[in-house]
Amino acid sequence: MTAPAVQPPESSIAVDKAKPCIVTRDLSAYFGDTAAVRNVSITIPQQAVTAIIGPSGCGKSTLLRCLNRMHETVPGARVEGSVEILGSAIYGDGTNPIAVRRHVGMVFQRPTPFPTMSIRANVAAGLRIAAKKGEISGSTDEIVEEALRRAGLWEEVKDRLSESATAISGGQQQRLCIARALATRPRVILLDEPTASLDPLSTQKVEELVYDLRKTVTVVIVTHNMQQAARISDCTAFLLAGELIEFDSTRELFTAPKDSQTEAYVTGRFG
Amino acid sequence: MTSLPLDWLQSDRRRLRVDQSAIGDRVYEFLTALCALVVPALVVAIAVAIFAAAWPAFARLGLSIVTTSDWDVRGGHFGAAPALFGTLVSSAVALIIATPLAIGVAIFLSEFSPSWLRQPVGFLVDLLAAIPSVVYGLWGIFVLIPMLRQQVMPFLRDGLHLGATPFFSGPAYGPSMLAAGLILAVMALPYISAVSREVLMAVPRSQREAALALGATRWETIRDAVVPYAKSGIIGGIMLGLGRALGETMAVTMVIGNRPEISASLFAPGYTMASLIANEFSEATNDLHVSALMAVGAVLFVITLIVNAVARWLVWRVSRVRAR
Repeated sequence: MTAPAVQPPESSIAVDKAKPCIVTRDLSAYFGDTAAVRNVSITIPQQAVTAIIGPSGCGKSTLLRCLNRMHETVPGARVEGSVEILGSAIYGDGTNPIAVRRHVGMVFQRPTPFPTMSIRANVAAGLRIAAKKGEISGSTDEIVEEALRRAGLWEEVKDRLSESATAISGGQQQRLCIARALATRPRVILLDEPTASLDPLSTQKVEELVYDLRKTVTVVIVTHNMQQAARISDCTAFLLAGELIEFDSTRELFTAPKDSQTEAYVTGRFG
Repeated sequence: MTSLPLDWLQSDRRRLRVDQSAIGDRVYEFLTALCALVVPALVVAIAVAIFAAAWPAFARLGLSIVTTSDWDVRGGHFGAAPALFGTLVSSAVALIIATPLAIGVAIFLSEFSPSWLRQPVGFLVDLLAAIPSVVYGLWGIFVLIPMLRQQVMPFLRDGLHLGATPFFSGPAYGPSMLAAGLILAVMALPYISAVSREVLMAVPRSQREAALALGATRWETIRDAVVPYAKSGIIGGIMLGLGRALGETMAVTMVIGNRPEISASLFAPGYTMASLIANEFSEATNDLHVSALMAVGAVLFVITLIVNAVARWLVWRVSRVRAR
């Protein structure tokens, strides 16, 4: 066997023994008649970072967007199969996608701050939208501070909370979006290539932040960067042409892949 | 391709310059520059002509043209305050009615409408801008005004008891500030709605997704993410509609009643600067009368210029924000 391209961290967890958070069964996602995700059954563990890797166009982002019902917001898109998050069937009859999204945060490839709002208002946007302040203890200011601290941004912006969210750098904007997603205290946070548009230093900050987040929240991250997956994730799923090829602890998947296609991908022979 | 002799390149460039590109480019450059200069020069020339012709009236009467209400050609009094008031009030009424409707249409078309409906509805709304204003005037006289006189005005005044307020009191003649405001609303609506629709559709999908991913409903997404992003552009559209309403002449002249009085009631007939000029230019024989009409035209010109400048500035601001 060829030597692995990257060295994963030592502290990897056993996938099958961890408490499950997200369980999908035969999940398929379509754009019109084209299936972007086919029959994916995966059990993502709680309070861990799970990376989804694979070559461009393999359906990584689509799979992620099925986990908070964002996929169906695209005209002509639909989902088959089932997804359970912490025991609740999010595609069950009568389940409101809006309620799902309030508990499953999401951050996108490019920073998406609301440009007309201040930094403070951006972080509080989810709170305002949720209008469920009764469920969250503390004043808005406290929640904003807590979310910015968790996103590692508080020290950089605490004196300029009233400034426009477009006045800060791209890397800071991305961490602002993470803070915005954290403010409503979701149980799960989905990151769709969150560092794809960032410089190396900002990327490192976001990676450190993601590594720390696992203590409090379940993280699913899509990345096309294998080194990144190896650095920050506990488990890794390898997707190819919409199908789940292999899912294992990051350490196993990178050092002893069971599937020859996974091996070819992680050793850099294609993709 | 690796190493071209330098002299070949130079001689070729020289040959090109002499033979074709230089002369052709010069001609094109000259022709387009001519076009680009003639149009602004025309605007400046019109402005200069209006202000020059208006100067005698301003010199003789000063600001009393816009501050007094007595318009007496024989006595030499030219106070156009009722016309200025009528222009501003009828346009304001038009905007108050047209803006919510137009933005509603724009939001429906950009956010909710199925795609098969978007094109035809958008086209029909845009078509409102293509109807000649004299046709609007005819419709106003023979359809709108009888309806106002017989149903709408009595209902507003007595049915809703709005007659207690000064704005909806007095007899219901028909030709009125309200009729002018309604006609202008229909005429300004397509401008506001077309611009709003474009800027709403230009809001990036990522902004909508960011709001949806926070658990926003469709309505909250529009309210918190889409409309704020497009706000400056929408205001620019409203300003364009206002510019249209301020300058409209024919339809307003046909329905406003043409009475130079300032009244708080929207039921009362009024006057606008544009209808004042349209009604009197053919009878203006003495120099001061002509000059006074020019002065009214100059005031109208300046007001619309300001409105258009504000609209431009707002549109520029929104495009600058988006570029970042």
